[in-house]
Amino acid sequence: MVTNVTNLGRSGLSDWMMQRITAVVLGAYFIMMLGFFACHPQLSYEQWHSFMGNTAVRIASLISFLAVAGHAWVGLWTISTDYFKPTGIRFLFQAACGLALMVYFVWGVQILWGF
Amino acid sequence: MVLTVEDKRPVNLDLTTIKLPLPGFASIIHRVTGFAIFLALPILLWVLDQSLMNEGSFDALQETLNGFLVKLILFAILAGLIFHLVAGVKHLLMDAGIGETLEGARRGAGITIVLSGLLILIAGAWLWLPM
Repeated sequence: MVTNVTNLGRSGLSDWMMQRITAVVLGAYFIMMLGFFACHPQLSYEQWHSFMGNTAVRIASLISFLAVAGHAWVGLWTISTDYFKPTGIRFLFQAACGLALMVYFVWGVQILWGF
Repeated sequence: MVLTVEDKRPVNLDLTTIKLPLPGFASIIHRVTGFAIFLALPILLWVLDQSLMNEGSFDALQETLNGFLVKLILFAILAGLIFHLVAGVKHLLMDAGIGETLEGARRGAGITIVLSGLLILIAGAWLWLPM
């Protein structure tokens, strides 16, 4: 088995699995949000606020934010190994993406519990 | 160990002359939309933040999103999300062994493009047509 220090998981198989599981989570979240918007064509702040403040929705949102970070990481990692051959550039690209994803996640958590 | 490949077949890496098969086209768009969504994440987070902060920011956001250019950006993000989702479902189906033949892959890519195109049209109507 080939392992690489720039892998997130211990094997390509776990990365592959993580990408699939997070994909299903994000698909479900996207459809849930779409359903909510479809049911509220004239959405008021009150409705939106109470929906997003619901504990179940907060948990779903948090899981989805985590899923975004994991899913995007595997995708960006794949892109980096396809297009950047020199280790330095590949590392810098991965580091920038990883940092951005962490920042987005923390920002997302702050939004979720900050209103 | 160094592997040397004795390959005398002609190599063509000129992207402008390569005619991508349909599944290849769906694949690269899947990748491009994925990267674009990653780039759009701060916009989506900002929109979420403004929509929840308070009633004033919610109203101001609605005003902003009604601007033509902003709405176009929102539409582009939505289109990317829709294609990426549909292509992702195709991926999961192929993981399950459905549509893995050459013919199946072509049909799957065709369905992905047509279906996502249709959904994107609906999304556009949802954004621009008064309800």
